[in-house]
Amino acid sequence: MAVTKETLDEIALSRAEYDLILERLDREPNPVELGMFGALWSEHCGYKHSRPLLRRFNQNPAGQRPSRVLSQTGAENAGAVDIGDGLAVVFKVESHNHPSAVEPLQGAATGVGGIVRDILAMGARPIALLNSLRFGPLDDPQNKYLFHGVVDGISWYGNCIGVPDVAGEICFDESYSQNPLVNAMCVGLVRTDTIATSAASEVDNVMLLVGAGTGRDGIHGASGLASRTFEEEVELRPTVQVGNPFLEKVLIEACLEALDTGLVNAIQDLGAAGLTSAAIESAASGGRGIRLDISQVHQREEGMSPYEVMLSESQERMLLVVAPENVPAIKAVMEKWDVTCREIGVILAEQTAQVAVGSELVVDLPIGPLSEAPQYSLEGKPSEEDIRRRQLNLDLVPLPQDGPQETLIRLLASPNIANKEGVYRQYDHQVQTNTVVGPGSDAAVLRIKGTDKAIAVTIDGNGRLCQLDPYQGGQIVVAEVCRNLSCSGALPLAITDCLNFGSPERPDVYNQLEQAIQGIADACRVLEVPVVSGNVSLYNESRGQAIFPTPVVGGLGLLEVATNATRSAFAGEGLMVVLLGADPSLVDVDDLAGSEYLQRIHGRVEGRPKIDIDLEKRVQALCREGIGQGLITSAHDCSEGGLAVALAECSIQGGIGFNGDFAIDDRWDAVLFGERQSRIVVSLPGDLMTAFVPLASSFGVPVSILGYTGGDRFQLKEQVDVPVSQITEVWNKGLEVASG
Amino acid sequence: MKSRCRHRFPFTGVTGSIAAKLTLECTPPDGNGPILMATPRVCVLRAPGTNCDVETAHAFTSCGAVADRVHLFRVLEDPTRLDGYQVLCVPGGFSYGDDIGAGVIFSSQLRGQLSETIGRFLAADKLALGICNGFQVLLKAGVLPGGSDGWPPAWTTDPENHSPDATLTWNDNGRYTARWVRLKVMATENVFLKGLDELDLPIAHAEGRLVPRTPQILSDWFANGQVGLCYRERPADGQETTLPCTMPAAADPLLPDPHNPNGSIANIAGLGDPSGRVLGLMPHPERFLHATQHPRWTRLGLRGDGEGLAVFRNAVEYFG
Repeated sequence: MAVTKETLDEIALSRAEYDLILERLDREPNPVELGMFGALWSEHCGYKHSRPLLRRFNQNPAGQRPSRVLSQTGAENAGAVDIGDGLAVVFKVESHNHPSAVEPLQGAATGVGGIVRDILAMGARPIALLNSLRFGPLDDPQNKYLFHGVVDGISWYGNCIGVPDVAGEICFDESYSQNPLVNAMCVGLVRTDTIATSAASEVDNVMLLVGAGTGRDGIHGASGLASRTFEEEVELRPTVQVGNPFLEKVLIEACLEALDTGLVNAIQDLGAAGLTSAAIESAASGGRGIRLDISQVHQREEGMSPYEVMLSESQERMLLVVAPENVPAIKAVMEKWDVTCREIGVILAEQTAQVAVGSELVVDLPIGPLSEAPQYSLEGKPSEEDIRRRQLNLDLVPLPQDGPQETLIRLLASPNIANKEGVYRQYDHQVQTNTVVGPGSDAAVLRIKGTDKAIAVTIDGNGRLCQLDPYQGGQIVVAEVCRNLSCSGALPLAITDCLNFGSPERPDVYNQLEQAIQGIADACRVLEVPVVSGNVSLYNESRGQAIFPTPVVGGLGLLEVATNATRSAFAGEGLMVVLLGADPSLVDVDDLAGSEYLQRIHGRVEGRPKIDIDLEKRVQALCREGIGQGLITSAHDCSEGGLAVALAECSIQGGIGFNGDFAIDDRWDAVLFGERQSRIVVSLPGDLMTAFVPLASSFGVPVSILGYTGGDRFQLKEQVDVPVSQITEVWNKGLEVASG
Repeated sequence: MKSRCRHRFPFTGVTGSIAAKLTLECTPPDGNGPILMATPRVCVLRAPGTNCDVETAHAFTSCGAVADRVHLFRVLEDPTRLDGYQVLCVPGGFSYGDDIGAGVIFSSQLRGQLSETIGRFLAADKLALGICNGFQVLLKAGVLPGGSDGWPPAWTTDPENHSPDATLTWNDNGRYTARWVRLKVMATENVFLKGLDELDLPIAHAEGRLVPRTPQILSDWFANGQVGLCYRERPADGQETTLPCTMPAAADPLLPDPHNPNGSIANIAGLGDPSGRVLGLMPHPERFLHATQHPRWTRLGLRGDGEGLAVFRNAVEYFG
């Protein structure tokens, strides 16, 4: 019987891939089997287009620092990093873009739920959430609806499960209209000797399915939603999963208690492609097989077919693999928490995947051919438009009529720069009581109970720069994440990444993907931060237009002494304000490339961004050393909006004026709003400069005095003179005004 | 060593068998050899969906109590389990997901299956504290505002003729809100608030607006010294000056958001019972045990204990 094109489209397999299945099996798969192939060979689960490129990460680590990575990247649900004292931090970022575009509240909520279960599957208690959100401009009602829905979903789910939401970023650009990016990151803490594995390696172990009942929600989530473009997605609403945070909270407690017994041999979350992916990945990574009896699966809808049970993406479910004699003990824990627990399968010696309904076998497949998705390496090529945008002569950009002060005020009101407090006030950022620096600073800082230490976490992306130059952009994103960590005083240890791109089948998008990955890999090598986990979200397109290539990077840093944590806000009056990394008078107009200023004021996304990654490394090292020696009292990186916006933010957040005294030449726009990389604004008592200047030169970092803190006005030479209260008001209201 | 043991626990209302269950612990004093003293036992009662049990238990233990995180299901199986404790604390979170209203299901279990146990607990010289979701639970169960004298609440035994005195409902801004607030302590005769005057604490809730059924009820709370804490104006970030904190009164105008973050009547953030042994409050004292938990600790150079610790220390010292 020949399979129809409609069937293949539904599970997002090509005719050639179907032929490969025939070749591998030497027979036709039945419909359930074909559905399982479709799910496991989807981009979301199988990384068909991205895996060959992802191998570029962590090659030839050149660093002198000993590796702290405890997990093999890609082998487990999240990356684990040793922070000493017998403790490890586990973290990962994941996208939920497509579901959020279709149904924002549930899409975002289940995005949070899914990443939390990835962390739980490492045996770790989730201790922090972060999120990176991107939407189209808020003057479009659809974008506004998506924005509010996503924020509500994160607030609803995250608050209820008792995990603090400590940091994030929100950007707006036309490129994300109708195709929002919703990337959620979770951080967990676990003892190094109790890190769990997903690999089921012991024959005859029992597979337990715990948590929510299995329904019809989310079928084809992986193959349908996440692996194609947005043309028909409004029709796909029923494929979005529905979350129950209360059940997730109970599941977290029950699973952690079950793991505490020491009787759980493997644990795996059910995410994309549901039971199919979870059970088969668990068995495959243990080098074993699996026989499932899906008549034992707790179902919340009547009459579900084997196909539906195997491909449902119902939320709040986990798999536990347990020796037969220990099943009663684990069941008792689940019963204590009122969590449903069913024996649904056994681990086989032979590497086959068998699915039965009672005694009737409905699937019988060899695991290798099923779990090894084909991989494609394509030819990437930048489009002509890409090339043209980079070649713009920025000398031709006219100076705005408005003048520096009005331009600064317009930029502070930009939703990309304005205060995001209206959003993060809706997130509980203090529960678990470890938050030492919460949302609003460059990185959040969480103390590690029982030690003097703290970890710093942050998340960042910059689609505009990656659009202009994906290689430089990829490097810049990693640099900025590490810079944010360093500004809090933390040593960057590792990163996780979420690669949000358009269709890889387009040469220009494939080129972006390839270049951005290379940029990330190269920056990671220099900055000595391995990529320990990640996720790929492709096919982010709507109305035939790909989004800006947007790698989002989450970073983890370590502070040996929690009370060394530093914020971005000016911390007192009469402090000297110093720029690390550059002399502000030596800017050139090329620094306007891809800037918020160029887009907001001139409506242009043009130019060629660049970064000197070796300088970047030295600037960050100097900043950490200055904080560690107790010289630096505040540190803030220069990013969107450039130097003037960075200074204004320090002033606004600290409630302290600033008297700037640095040269501003004719191209004041480049000096004040250019986004040259590798720059950090710090403040320190003037009498410590005699110690700080030699320190800076020993690191080979240029530093320039910018002015002093104090008073209640924000002043930049003769160019800007405005009360701090006025720019505070503008900055505070910017997002509120835009989001209505 | 046992012979040197000194019971300093007031046993009023505690039966012999329960007293026997008291944990006696060695507390090493300042180099003068061990003195044994009664250590109050705290039941941090957690339901499915409770989130703040770990930090709340930690708050009590760091003040010298023995705090157990006890699952509600264990108490439902054996209600006498609660008798062995001197402090009952219902911590924050989303009990039962707050699916049909904050604290509704948990509270119905307290006044339903556990009515007698709770009555016994309140009648004894014991303490009860509800934080955030715990306040919602204590109020909706009827433990507050009446305490022991009001138990079981008339509206549960005679629903035809009685209604609850008050409820906690949605914030005026319609949203879950997490921020720091400035508080003025009014009922210093409440055990938990002894010696406190003004303090900063964080709030994190969606349903924190206290609404009494009648103006008379509000006046009674003030007259009986039941108004525990009120929201006060908080200086903007960066402003060093502390605004004057006036003593609350029933006729106080509502402070605007963000000072009064939920629109609670008379800016009330916490409410006690007439005996002063029960307190419910929306702010989270367990989130400010260390100076570094304050949002401006780096700026203000804060070190050492946080202002919330006193609430738990007061409870422990009551039995000291």
